[in-house]
Amino acid sequence: MTVFNHYYSVLMQGFGHTLLASLIALIGSLVLGTLFAIMQVSSSKTGRVIGNIYVQVFRNIPLLIITLFLYLAVAKVIKMTGFVAGTVGLTLYTSAFIAESVRAGILSVDAGQMEGARANGLSFSQAMRVIVLPQAFRVAIPSLGNQFINLVKNSSILAFVGGLDLMYQGNLIAASSFDTFTTYIIIGCFYLVITMPLSYYVQYLERKLKKAA
Amino acid sequence: MSNFFDAFTADNLSYLLAGLGVTVGVSIISVILSLIFGSLIGIIQFEKIPYFSLLVGTLNNIVRNLPLLLIIFFTYFALPQLGFHLPIFWATVAAMTFFESAMLAEIVRGGLEAVDRGQFEGARANGLSNGQTMVHIVLPQAYKKMIPPIISQLISLVKDTSLASGVVLAEMTYRGQIVYAQNTNYIVPVLIALTLVYFLLNYGLSLVAKWCDKKLA
Amino acid sequence: MENIKKRRFGIIASIVLVLVMVLTGIWMHFAIQNNTGHKDTLSRVEKKKQITWGVKADTKLFGLMNTKKAQPAGFEIDLAKAMTAQISKQTGTKLSASFVPVSAASRIQLLKNTNIDGLISTMTITPERAKIVDFTDSYFNAGQSLLVKKNSGIQSIQDMNSSKYTVLVVVGTTAAQETKKYAPKAKIVALQDYASAMQALKAGQGQALSTDNAILYGLATENPDYHLVGGVFTKAPYGMAFDHNQKPMTREANQALATLKANGTYNRLIEKWFKSVPGLNWHELEV
Repeated sequence: MTVFNHYYSVLMQGFGHTLLASLIALIGSLVLGTLFAIMQVSSSKTGRVIGNIYVQVFRNIPLLIITLFLYLAVAKVIKMTGFVAGTVGLTLYTSAFIAESVRAGILSVDAGQMEGARANGLSFSQAMRVIVLPQAFRVAIPSLGNQFINLVKNSSILAFVGGLDLMYQGNLIAASSFDTFTTYIIIGCFYLVITMPLSYYVQYLERKLKKAA
Repeated sequence: MSNFFDAFTADNLSYLLAGLGVTVGVSIISVILSLIFGSLIGIIQFEKIPYFSLLVGTLNNIVRNLPLLLIIFFTYFALPQLGFHLPIFWATVAAMTFFESAMLAEIVRGGLEAVDRGQFEGARANGLSNGQTMVHIVLPQAYKKMIPPIISQLISLVKDTSLASGVVLAEMTYRGQIVYAQNTNYIVPVLIALTLVYFLLNYGLSLVAKWCDKKLA
Repeated sequence: MENIKKRRFGIIASIVLVLVMVLTGIWMHFAIQNNTGHKDTLSRVEKKKQITWGVKADTKLFGLMNTKKAQPAGFEIDLAKAMTAQISKQTGTKLSASFVPVSAASRIQLLKNTNIDGLISTMTITPERAKIVDFTDSYFNAGQSLLVKKNSGIQSIQDMNSSKYTVLVVVGTTAAQETKKYAPKAKIVALQDYASAMQALKAGQGQALSTDNAILYGLATENPDYHLVGGVFTKAPYGMAFDHNQKPMTREANQALATLKANGTYNRLIEKWFKSVPGLNWHELEV
């Protein structure tokens, strides 16, 4: 408990950075992921190829490598702090998984609906936006929720690039207080404060969806 | 450009490749151990035993909701304090197994729930005991369905071993860092090489998962 | 009927599980106390006929992994080997040296956990650390300095006392704590290792990299656009470390170090590793 009292402000700062990074990455990866999901199911061949390559590449390499690459190599050209590099890395990585969830959602919507909408004079993007995506998201919500939980957990990657998040502060506190055991338990509790409620909410949604089906 | 290939002397290359062996070794051992523990936890959750399933499920949720990086750090520092002197390789396997068992338990539970309820009743009506039904009838079907998600868990594991570079496990990412510690100009070539190797390995695995999915469907 | 049985099983299993968890917790509590209750390092190394040293694997000149042999090499590695041989002579037990790479963030924990017997890893002797580990006499006189780009105009740590500057440091080093005292307004970012910190400096993540001068000289040799400025602004003598209250081991180590210094072995190692470092007068390092 002395660790908690002594480092209270640092811990809160770390908690804040973890939350902020998660929120930014959530919004960013939802937008990017949806975009790439639409590309994957679009009728344009180039769109499908680009969408598939993006998803396969970012799904199959470790987040740590993406983040190190941004922080150590890309930052030579485009200036960014560890926090930014980590958040951008998280966004790119998570968007590949979100694209998969959204794509599965889109495919679950009856193809006839798209055709019907197009026959009624809606453009592809209009039909997508108004008819298909709302239904696709409803189906994809539990898996999106799980992706968000993963995202919060993965935000600990910021510790590798001086991203000022919970894990980074935890390492610094452990190194200066020498009470590693307590420090990591406290850090764990902070993560659980974010992820546990989310996880139970996702489970609730899953059950609800199953009942509706 | 010549600069680019300077990083890959024969020594550095074989050093990095030995790291690939460590990465794959940790991943495979962990996934096998996690499958055993994960099945046990998954079955307990599926059986809905009063109180017990809830308790196990809650504990499982806690582990699932922690960052793996935290668990690795914790295991590496905490286990020796308890008197277990594991070499770093096995400490990492322990951390990975602890975390992945919780993840696989969810997959096992999901797989079991996907098996038709009628199968249980049929088997029971034919005089099989609860345990026999589980082992001979339900689990084989459930595992078949679970192969693709288990492979994608293995892909996660391969990627996540890179986190163990934080506790100085000599896997591929750590060895990459050592190579670019010789000369910081090596950093971009080394990161590109690492990306390539991870991608080929994991993409290969994902193709296997896809193939299984088709074959079993 | 079956439900009642299942229910009973559930209750019993839950109670057993909770009991096991509570007992494990209690056992862990005592096991930790027991293990931190100090055992004698000297008798431990004599028993296993080996000293396991925690060393750096990412630090030029001191401890850098040789990718061919997959073994670290550097001044500290050679010194640890010489120390091990000397302690063997003193105690009459044949000891071999083995090496475990450590990071600055984890090394004290590993020592406390007895993963390693001793540390020789560019570790500065500080009063705070001396409360929890036993240091030997100093084996290297380092001091904190700054590495900056040659045309940056930065001359000293005082120049950096402004919120527009960022100083890069490594987690768990003294520089991570000391820099704040000399440039309280500057931002400080801590990286995991020296290679990342150097690369971050080159990528413009900060304007200076601060740590012990000896390590910075190593980094400057391969990056000619960067140089050390402002001299040494703190004293940072390196010491080997053993777990707390390990007087017999520390005494043996101090005696061995004094012998190596007296018989010229120490100076030979200094010459071997620091003779060709540009900008460094290696004779100053001799004893």
